[in-house]
Amino acid sequence: MSEPLVFELGRSGRLAGAQVPEAGAAVDLPPEMLRDSRPQLPEVSELDAVRHYTRLSQRNFSIDTQFYPLGSCTMKYNPRGCNTYAMLPGFLQRHPLAPEDVSQGFLACMYELQRMLCRVTGMTAFSLTPMAGAQGELSGVAMIRAYHLDRGDTERTEILVPDAAHGTNPATAVKCGFAVRELPTAADGDLDIDALRRLAGPRTAGIMLTNPSTLGLFERRIQEVRDIIHGAGGLLYYDGANLNAILGKVLPGDMGFDVIHINLHKTFSTPHGGGGPGSGAVGVGERLEPFLPTPFVGIGADGYRWVDAADHPKSIGRLSAFMGNAGVLLRAYIYMRMLGRRGMERVADYAVLNANYVMARLAAAGFDLAYPERRACHEFVVTLKRQAREHGLTAINLAKALLDRGFHAPTTYFPLLVPECLLIEPTETESKETLDRFVDAMADILAEAQVDPERCKQAPVTMPVRRLDEVRAARKPDLRYRP
Amino acid sequence: MSDIPENLKYTRDHEWIAETDDGTAVVGITDHAQEALGDLVFVELPEMHRDVETGDVCAVVESVKAASDVYSPVAGNIAEVNLALDESPELVNADPYGEGWLFRMTPASPADLEELLDAQAYERVLAEMDD
Repeated sequence: MSEPLVFELGRSGRLAGAQVPEAGAAVDLPPEMLRDSRPQLPEVSELDAVRHYTRLSQRNFSIDTQFYPLGSCTMKYNPRGCNTYAMLPGFLQRHPLAPEDVSQGFLACMYELQRMLCRVTGMTAFSLTPMAGAQGELSGVAMIRAYHLDRGDTERTEILVPDAAHGTNPATAVKCGFAVRELPTAADGDLDIDALRRLAGPRTAGIMLTNPSTLGLFERRIQEVRDIIHGAGGLLYYDGANLNAILGKVLPGDMGFDVIHINLHKTFSTPHGGGGPGSGAVGVGERLEPFLPTPFVGIGADGYRWVDAADHPKSIGRLSAFMGNAGVLLRAYIYMRMLGRRGMERVADYAVLNANYVMARLAAAGFDLAYPERRACHEFVVTLKRQAREHGLTAINLAKALLDRGFHAPTTYFPLLVPECLLIEPTETESKETLDRFVDAMADILAEAQVDPERCKQAPVTMPVRRLDEVRAARKPDLRYRP
Repeated sequence: MSDIPENLKYTRDHEWIAETDDGTAVVGITDHAQEALGDLVFVELPEMHRDVETGDVCAVVESVKAASDVYSPVAGNIAEVNLALDESPELVNADPYGEGWLFRMTPASPADLEELLDAQAYERVLAEMDD
């Protein structure tokens, strides 16, 4: 049953007492700035408002209610302990502009978080200020640009990006003023090294890589990639989206990366989805340290302090009014402290084990793997090209049928180079029983499609809404309530 | 099997190009490409009078599944773009070789078109992909 909009529930004159602001005219505004008509606000009772939003929340798929194997997004469990400690009154009530001498506890946490992130990535310095993964990318590539310009090298106008990359990579490069050169993927799933040799040269500012790649494969020739790029005078950017697979096992710094962004909301389990708040903390090796965005936390004579542009003149500057999402950073800090060094390695152990277990079971159940000869990292790609042709079981049909069986769908149609693909990432926090139920549901959908191909095209049938018209939604978006 | 008209030239990236009598050439995406992308929701067209090299990204076709670059089949200058696609991107799905054309260009060297794939060669490209 569809839920009406809160506006449609409204009746003139009803109000939610607890939400009504203190009465009082805006006396200090000039008359021409005052509106002459009443704003169209929903008029519902407090109880109606509570019920409306509670019903909506119950219709959500979420990590707290369902298995959520959304590839490349690392939808893992958010431990409640992180929440508990981040909600301590001392943290909650600290004003972002509070002086350093009364913020030493918070600053100590942020300083230690920077240090732990350096240790687990092999970088020499970290800034926690980017507010999301895309902003982390932006600051990373802006630093690459600043580095080359600082040396007077103005000829480096190109960034190399693999064809399997996240869409944000080429977007970031273009936003920073670079031209994008796309690198093909070789048949075995690794980067095409010959193409890399042809494209790398005096115009190369850097390369943006995700390792393991978005195909869930570890780039085995990463040292060759490093030698080619550094040999050409470029820098290596590490997109931290898939860090979960190698956490504590391999350091991006050891692979030769010069700059990295980490989605703390993925690997370090801060709440995720719905557009934020996120954190795209950015780390650098020595060469890029002078360009790190400010502020970050340093140690002075009187304890911890903010390092700002005055101390760090070559910085690419500020990215936000304050220094990132404090609550998110605290949750990541507590998560890391709870795990410890050995715990981080176990994250990678179980993320990889779970992915390979599900991959092997799905292959045995009749699904085709995009790279059957390769071991998966934390995620893997299934292609439904054969099933789509034979039974009409496309990636979108399978995704919708999974909803009916109580599972959030995996990522569909990404990476773009694999037709009819699903990108499946179980994460380390799921039990074997949950993984088995997921495989059973997938096998059940496949069996159903073979017997009755029309069924999967009708899915979902148990959700509050049936198949949505995505094409019409994109072509003619209807985003505003009109009475 | 997708439609591959005999009188057009093709690229491995699924663009088609057609010479016209006035020396310009019309470019679009193939029936296979529109089928693979699914229903288009947005088409970004190149700037008028822009000079492009072979392989330059000069348009973007976006469906609910994916956004995909369109590369210039040959070097030249953009002479006209299909403004009807701003309002009706679905023309590319309905009629990829006709009303769904993307842009018209003046090739720098008309001989470059001879280097491209003919219908049989493009059909082989599709067959290889299907293996």
